[in-house]
Amino acid sequence: MSTFQSARSIAASVSTGESSAVDVVSQHLARIEEREEEVHAFNLVLRDEALQSAERIDERIAAGEQVGPLAGVPIALKDNLCTRGIPTTCSSNILDGWRPPYDATVVSRLADAGAVFVGKTNLDEFAMGSSTENSAFGPTRNPLDTSRVPGGSSGGSAAAVAAGFSAMSLGSDTGGSIRQPAALCGVVGVKPTYGAVSRLGLIAFASSLDQIGPFTHDVADAALLLECMAGHDPGDSTSIPQPFPSLSESLDRGVAGLRIGRIVDLPSGADADVVASVDRAFEVLADAGAEIIDVTIPAFTYGLTAYYLIAPAEASSNLARYDGVRFGSRVEAADTNSMYMATRGEGFGPEVKRRIMLGTYALSAGYYDAYYGKALKVRRLMAQDFATAYESVDALVTPASPSVAFPFGSKTSDPLAMYLCDTYTIPSNLIGHPAMSVPFGAGENDLPIGVQVLAPAMGEPTMFAVAAELERSAGGNHV
Amino acid sequence: MCSRPPSTVTGNLKRVSEQIDRGAVERVAKLARLELSDAELDEATTRLAGMMAHFADIDALDLDDVEPMTQPYELVNVLRDDVPLETLDHDEVLAAAPDASGGRFGVPPILGLDL
Repeated sequence: MSTFQSARSIAASVSTGESSAVDVVSQHLARIEEREEEVHAFNLVLRDEALQSAERIDERIAAGEQVGPLAGVPIALKDNLCTRGIPTTCSSNILDGWRPPYDATVVSRLADAGAVFVGKTNLDEFAMGSSTENSAFGPTRNPLDTSRVPGGSSGGSAAAVAAGFSAMSLGSDTGGSIRQPAALCGVVGVKPTYGAVSRLGLIAFASSLDQIGPFTHDVADAALLLECMAGHDPGDSTSIPQPFPSLSESLDRGVAGLRIGRIVDLPSGADADVVASVDRAFEVLADAGAEIIDVTIPAFTYGLTAYYLIAPAEASSNLARYDGVRFGSRVEAADTNSMYMATRGEGFGPEVKRRIMLGTYALSAGYYDAYYGKALKVRRLMAQDFATAYESVDALVTPASPSVAFPFGSKTSDPLAMYLCDTYTIPSNLIGHPAMSVPFGAGENDLPIGVQVLAPAMGEPTMFAVAAELERSAGGNHV
Repeated sequence: MCSRPPSTVTGNLKRVSEQIDRGAVERVAKLARLELSDAELDEATTRLAGMMAHFADIDALDLDDVEPMTQPYELVNVLRDDVPLETLDHDEVLAAAPDASGGRFGVPPILGLDL
């Protein structure tokens, strides 16, 4: 369980002048200096920029200005979020050196709330992976055990929070890329409802699945960060045009009277220590007054197949833009087509190529109906099955990851074994529902286990109430 | 809920996956504008066939009467008012390109090629 200061506590002390933003940021930069070589959470540390931002915040507070709910809070950004004039690479050689001409909406919103950006974090190239081993710039190591992976694809963001490099961070979650690394690094990770957080400036992987979300030390910080960045953005046509519900009242609500579902036909494959933690979570929730109800979601089992056809299909289309013309690297050739092929052949890493090939194949003439079309129908079944379950429950609880953090190299030779990491997280992406991982218990080698809480679309208030209850019973910090 | 009798396994996808040979992989790579080495083509042939065989589990489902679902919320086109807004800075955008001159992106010849 994390022992670092919460973002709420930092913002409160900076806002009242009790501590300075410069001191807070300096403390975090000192931790980065101490451990970053070992952990490699960042593609880029924004040392000078962070100190300058912190100085400006201190000046504004000294002048009596209200700075915002994240005043002086050091935040790390996954390196697939656009930052104007600051390199944004997606951990890919094809974008090495690219400086976006605009900020992602979430970046502007957090800056407006007083946040200080300390760096751009490492990820599996274009967010394709579950261990951060697919980064073109080398893997991130789990700060809790550096012989093991931090999970992925937002491994750098999870590690940054777990190592105390930043008080909070942002990741993106297409099939579990926030929740699984949160589970493996012992921090809180949230995938919000599809459309709750603007994706303008998030470099697209699979557009019908991608969402941006927070990593934090505790559940209350996650609520704060989500409230700061959620809400309609006219610049994102998939942004939900209605206000995002308040989460702060949910945190102390408890679970009395809530109906929480246990999925009895959940795919097997989770390790015994993970299963034991989830069982204990149900006991704790029942003791706190929730009613535990058994439900079935038959389509859950087919989620992995549907996802690994839909996500690569969308990726093969989204990644067509990396052609050596408008941004990133180029390999010169005699004609345009040869230039495209050489640039892409050299610029993309093995897993990205594998998924582009898979997606292109699934979409190609003659196979479209057999693969992609069928996957889209499975997605409909998934939505129907969840809708049926939510007629009798308010939230669901499952494992976030089938295992604790695993050693480097243990799954890299078999892409299918790596894909199985996403078994429990994928369905929420396919149907656009919110889900979050909260640290709950420990397994092999005392490594953390994440329990996943799922809720229907815009059901974040209920989801946070359940997560906060689990955190209380696990003795979560709230420093 | 939809009926999903497990007895309707047809094995269609499994048969399709068995047809993935190196020639098919080369065609897909060309469609994807990806230059792959011989070793990468060999790896892709093995992997793609393996994955497609694994994905044959959805053959067990009776999906004839199920409507495809392309996105979580089936939004219609979202349009904004037809008024000029601030756009990205022209020079800043071109500065990110590998080759730009005269206010344009530069590319090698595109005419007279066999694509």
